[in-house]
Formats: sequence, C-alpha cells, structure tokens
Amino acid sequence: MRSPAGKETQKDRMGFWERIYLPEIAKGMATTFKQMFEPAVTREYPEERFAPTGSYRGRPVLVLEEDGERCVACGLCSRVCPALAIQVQAGETLERDKERYPEKFEINMLRCIFCGFCEEVCPEEAIVMSKDYEMVFQNREEAILGKEKLLTPVAQLQDRLEYLRTHQYYEPK
Amino acid sequence: MAESLSIFLTALIKSVIILFGVFLPGAAGSVYFERKISAWIQNRIGPNRVGPFGILQPIVDVVKLIIKEDIIPLVADKRFHALAPVIAVTTAMATFAVMPFGNFVVIGNLRIDLNIASNVNVALLYVLAVGSVSVYAITFAGWSSNNKYSMLGGLRSASQMISYELSMGLSLVGVIMIAGTTSLNGIVEAQANMKWNVFTQPLGFIIFLVASFAETNRSPFDLPEAEPELVGGYNTEYAGMKWGMFFLAEYGHMIAASGMISTLFFGGYDIPFVKQLFPSVFYDGALILGIMQVGFFLTKIAIFAFFFIWVRWSLPRFRYDQLMDLGWKVMMPLALVNIIVTSLVMYALR
Repeated sequence: MRSPAGKETQKDRMGFWERIYLPEIAKGMATTFKQMFEPAVTREYPEERFAPTGSYRGRPVLVLEEDGERCVACGLCSRVCPALAIQVQAGETLERDKERYPEKFEINMLRCIFCGFCEEVCPEEAIVMSKDYEMVFQNREEAILGKEKLLTPVAQLQDRLEYLRTHQYYEPK
Repeated sequence: MAESLSIFLTALIKSVIILFGVFLPGAAGSVYFERKISAWIQNRIGPNRVGPFGILQPIVDVVKLIIKEDIIPLVADKRFHALAPVIAVTTAMATFAVMPFGNFVVIGNLRIDLNIASNVNVALLYVLAVGSVSVYAITFAGWSSNNKYSMLGGLRSASQMISYELSMGLSLVGVIMIAGTTSLNGIVEAQANMKWNVFTQPLGFIIFLVASFAETNRSPFDLPEAEPELVGGYNTEYAGMKWGMFFLAEYGHMIAASGMISTLFFGGYDIPFVKQLFPSVFYDGALILGIMQVGFFLTKIAIFAFFFIWVRWSLPRFRYDQLMDLGWKVMMPLALVNIIVTSLVMYALR
C-alpha cells in the first residue's frame, strides 16, 4: 500500500512481521531487559569526584611564581575575551625586572564562558585554565574574582602548563 | 439486621486491610520500582539517598507533595478541579472491591471470603464499568483547568477510552464464554489446574493487555500526559497532593490492571494441582491454602506490575492517529474474530 502522496514510505518497506509489530516489541523489550544487568555508569558526585586531566578547561587563574605574578598587564586577554569578563588595570614598579604588573585583575565568573582564548592569546603564559570546576557564589559581587583569588602557585598548574607546551602550538611536520 | 451489619463490618475491615495492605504499599512500591527499574534500564543507579537503597523515597516524595502549595488557577472551575483527583483515586480503588485475592478460609465456623464484595456475579462488568468512570477524572481535570494543554490531554483521554474500552470488553467475551459466568471467582475456578485462559485465548489476552495499557494511561499509550507536546497534559495545572493523587491513581490502576490480567488470563489465585496432590492439607477453606493463594496472587500482581514498568521504559509513545488506527482498524476486528473462533471451537467441542 502506497501512501496518498505516492511516495514510498518507511511503512511500505516493512515486511509482514515488522507490520505485526509484536516481534519488534519483543526485540526491544529483550534489549532493555539485558540493559538492566549492565553496570551503572553513574558517578556519585559529592563522594566520587571527577579528576580532570591537563586538557580540562576549568576556572581561569593567574600563574604565581616565587618572585611574583607572571602577568605584565598587556591587556590582550581582556581584549580577546568574547564575553567581556576580564578587566585589567596596569601598574608600574621598579622593584622587579618586569616593570609592568596588573594593579587590578578581575574575572567576572558570571560572564566567563571557559573558551580559553585568554590563555591562548597570553604571550607570557600568565593566565591558564585550571582544573577547578566547583564554582559556587552566594551573590554577584562574590562572583567577580580579584587578584587574591586568581593568583595560583605555579606548582599547582604543572599539568596544564605541560599540556599547553605539548598541544597548544602548531608545529610543522 | 444483625446479619447485614456483620456483612458491612467484615467488608469494612477487609477494605481497610486491602487499602493499607495492598493498594497504598502497591502504589508506593511501584513508584519506587518505577524509578529504580528505569534507572537500571538506562544504566543509572536510581534513588539511593533516603534509607537503605533509597526505599524511603516514596515516603519522602509524599511528604514533599503534602507540604507544597496547592495552586488552583484563577480561571479554573474550582469544583471540578478539586473533584477530578478524587474521582481518579476512587475509581482506582474501586476495582479492588471485587478482586479475588483468594477463595475463602474457614476459621472455627466463620467463613471469610478473601475479597471485599464476596462473589459478586457481575464482578467483571463492574470492573469494566469502573474502568470507564476513571476517564471522567482526566476529562474533568483537562476541562476544569482552563488550559489548552490540559484540555487536549483530557480530549485525548476521552477518545482513547472510546477506542479501547470497546475492544477491551469484546476481548473478554471469550473468557466469559469459557467460564460461563462473569463472577471473577467463577472465572478463576474455570482456569484451575493450569487451564489458563492465556493458553486458550492468546489473541484475547494480547488485545486485553494492550487495551489495559491504554486504560491505565501507561506508556506507550500515555497520550493524555504526553510531555513533549502537551507539557503535562491533564495534570499541568495541578500542584501538591492533588497532583500526587493523580499519580496514586495511575499506580493504583496499574496494580488493579495487573490483578485483572492475572485473574482473567493467568489463573488468578489458583495454585495448580495442590488440591489434588495434598487433599488432606490443602482443602477448600484451609487457612494455609488461603494464605498461599493470597501470596500467589500478589506475586502475580508484582510480576505484571514489573511488566508494566518494563514496557514503559522500552517502547516509544504512539502517535494519536496510530492509536486510533490500532484501536478501530486492528484490535476491534481481531476481538470480533476471537469471539467467532472461540464460539466455533466451543460449539465443535461441545
């Protein structure tokens, strides 16, 4: 039997037993019955946590070395940020070799989309994506992270820095 | 006078026992196992936080529903809006009035029938009638909510009932012909010793099974509450315990339908061959036989309740026109064929 429009439909291609539908139902039921004895894939979150690898793009942080932050407040991250989440205000100092440093560095986590452009564009490898994925804020002010919350010791970011060195740049064969 | 009072009192006691021993635990258990089985089928764990293995989940759900605000839409017809969930639960419970959980037991010189209304001779017709009333709940809910989606859900429910009630009733004619009675006890006795109707009436069984899925509004025929296109269907405008009552009714219907399937097609409470093999222990009226019959029947209910849940998480929902096609063009003619074949075979074997 053709459908009124004259085109061959899925229904026309079905054989007798498929039209009866009951054997197909039995097949489907057998599949779901088998699935009941497969191991569950659920991760029970608060007890069992996801451990990200270096490739994970979590909360962006600033790298802190022994002699201070890497950031030179060039403002490229702020410029490239598609969500306009980053605000940088440069300051100058004569105490260190690097004369520029960010006087103010704020990331609005309500705006951040975790694209990682800031990390990609940074010439100093000063802003990188961390493994932190648990970001809870009680109010909007708290979601704007200042320097004191962003600066992270370089030792904690080794996985990401290693990943960036091996994957970030295009190398001709 | 004294006799009618004692009949009333025994029926009342039995109703309370069945309400708190079968209906509510059955509904709560189905809620729990619905969530657990759906989780297992989808390779998840399911509720496991409240109590060991999450078995207290239904209780917590009900507490949550009770303390929720009861929202009634301003433009709703308030009387019918409040009446609909009551009808839903009442009709779900009413089926249990005639369901035979066992034959009877004799304690001392007191004969206790193991169903509420003892041996009603029109029990089957009563079950079908009560099943039809349940559609009023959904139609009222849909109409009185004054919401387009609810309205569509209610209308679907009405047309679904008209299409399926017919083939459901016709599919049981074969069963009635074989038993020669519409009393449920009579139908069970006619199936004694593995002469189950599912073997003699396979077509009638399949039609009844499909129709009872439609009757209980369970997937794949849960069109009145089809979430993707109707938001929540008839229960969109309900909140709190009124909403919960619809779900109590749905699971109650599921238990009732499981009971009817096992009574009508799987020998009900009858335990095959024990009366012939051990006549000294298992005679009619023996307490141990009565208890075993109830256990046997409840096990069958549990198996069919599992089947209902299993089907829900396996099969996709039917489209509206497919549902109508199936009801009128397939199941009704098949039910009629079933009646004709059954009567011819019975005439030949007479």
